[in-house]
Amino acid sequence: MKYMGQSLLKTIPVLLLITLIVFLLVRVTGDPVSLMLPETATEQERESLREAMGFNEPLAIQYFTYLSDLVRGDFGDSFRYNTDALTLVLDRLPATFELAIASMIIAVIISVPLGILSAVKRNSFFDLFITGGAVLGKAMPNFWLGIMLILLLSVTFQVFPVSGRGGLGHLVLPAITLGTGIAAEMTRLIRSSMLEILGQDFIRTARSKGLGEAIIVNKHAFRNALIPVVTIMALQTSTLVGGTLITETVFAWPGLGQLLVQSVNIRDMAVVQAATFIIAIFVILSNLIADLIYRFLDPRIKYD
Amino acid sequence: MAQVTENAAPQKAASQSSFKKLAKRLLRSKTGMLGLIIVVFVTLMAIFAPLLAQHDPAQTNVVDRLLPPFWSEGGNTEFLLGTDNLGRDILSRIIYGSRISLMIGISAVLLAGAIGMVLGLIAGYYGKVLDFIIMRTVDSLLAIPNILFMLIILAVFGPSLLTLILVLGGTTWVVYARMVRSETLSIKERDYVRSAKAIGAKDFRIITKYILPNVLSSFIVIATLNVATTIILEASLSFLGLGIQPPDVSWGLMLSDGRQYIATSWWVATFPGIAITITVLGVIFLGDWLRDVLDPKIKE
Repeated sequence: MKYMGQSLLKTIPVLLLITLIVFLLVRVTGDPVSLMLPETATEQERESLREAMGFNEPLAIQYFTYLSDLVRGDFGDSFRYNTDALTLVLDRLPATFELAIASMIIAVIISVPLGILSAVKRNSFFDLFITGGAVLGKAMPNFWLGIMLILLLSVTFQVFPVSGRGGLGHLVLPAITLGTGIAAEMTRLIRSSMLEILGQDFIRTARSKGLGEAIIVNKHAFRNALIPVVTIMALQTSTLVGGTLITETVFAWPGLGQLLVQSVNIRDMAVVQAATFIIAIFVILSNLIADLIYRFLDPRIKYD
Repeated sequence: MAQVTENAAPQKAASQSSFKKLAKRLLRSKTGMLGLIIVVFVTLMAIFAPLLAQHDPAQTNVVDRLLPPFWSEGGNTEFLLGTDNLGRDILSRIIYGSRISLMIGISAVLLAGAIGMVLGLIAGYYGKVLDFIIMRTVDSLLAIPNILFMLIILAVFGPSLLTLILVLGGTTWVVYARMVRSETLSIKERDYVRSAKAIGAKDFRIITKYILPNVLSSFIVIATLNVATTIILEASLSFLGLGIQPPDVSWGLMLSDGRQYIATSWWVATFPGIAITITVLGVIFLGDWLRDVLDPKIKE
């Protein structure tokens, strides 16, 4: 518990740095008012907003005000939707969670068995096939795979809908798109951590005792490989979040990623800031959880 | 002193024979060779684009819009891979698109590499406060997805070729900084560095003459593999409308046109994607081979 408290404390400077970067980018470069108002705003509107926002104050004071607004969850209003930016962002979260969780499930279903098998059958044809597939998965842009899936399964064979969010059918293609991309990376990592474990002394001992290969793999090696696997999974959150930005755009999935990309395109800075902040908190928390799970699964690990 | 000459001098003397050795090893590695062929091919394509392309990549032509590739019904050999929604020749656009991909891939990696190298050397060599500041920044940047920072910066400055290179370079340097720092930490404790220090060599000389050359091989491997990642990132940002802007040609931009016309014209989105995949695959193969040859220490 003490460790958890320390880790939580360590995330504070990271969050502060992110707010500082965003603050400096938005406030210092050019006229912040022009970023907050649509391009059609009149000079009078700009001036009154400048007054109201206190942009004539010194920078340090402005940053302080900015931080205290953030803490209260006040990111300002979206000029496009005319509503509170944070509410807008939070409304989109469930759709993104749905996609992220489905993708992760697909990634685990693919990568865990394949990663283990290719490590066990090292250098076999099967291993070559899997590692080759993983490299291909890395080289192929995720969003292109998505477009090709649409072409194959929505346009040519009309099995799944082209885009949007609805029943399970809508979820299949985006989740496969995002899931396979992550599976490619995870398979590689699981394979190498499994190989490392298979080379260790206790496996040799188990072999020399005359245990069957199945028992060695399932009972001895896999259990130990689970530790890095769980960590690898949690650490993929960052990739997962980055992936949702693009996958959601390809499939017109009404999630946080699509909202963020749209807002960047029209420079709706209130929404950009709120979305960035929420995503950053989410990623940092999941990295923290990964750390804790790792520690829980392998009590030998000590942090100081 | 024997240590100093032993470690600094052989690099030049051996370079000629080691080049031959390298070439021999490359011939033996199938994927390495394939990677090299792909990379050379794409590079030549980028350099000689005006000679190779049949059409002006930006030339619109309403009459010939959305023509299929030549082997499909309705296609013709004037537009081998068909045309897009504005009647532009897809093959010519793919040829010209290689320029953007390579240019951004290489220049962003050089920028990131330079920043990461300098900061990594400083953090590793001097330690203390500088190390603390640099590494905390690295940790913070690693804590959230790269693309998030890129989006904020692009939202503020607006997309352009220069912003794109700066954004990609300015957010991906952390990987190099981390690697260079940890290597520097171990190299600076070696005897030849200590003896150089003992005879009064200046910090700058020690860093550039004794540490830098020894960090370089790992650095080259990581940089090569990062060209692959950067090419995909550029395509992604351009696909989202935040990267290359028309009339410039980018494979990612072509894919976003293709996405809109996927229901009727499969070829618009298919070919640029194949171009990206093959190019990235080539770079990865080359990078993996370099890793095996230059730096057996680095594992996947």
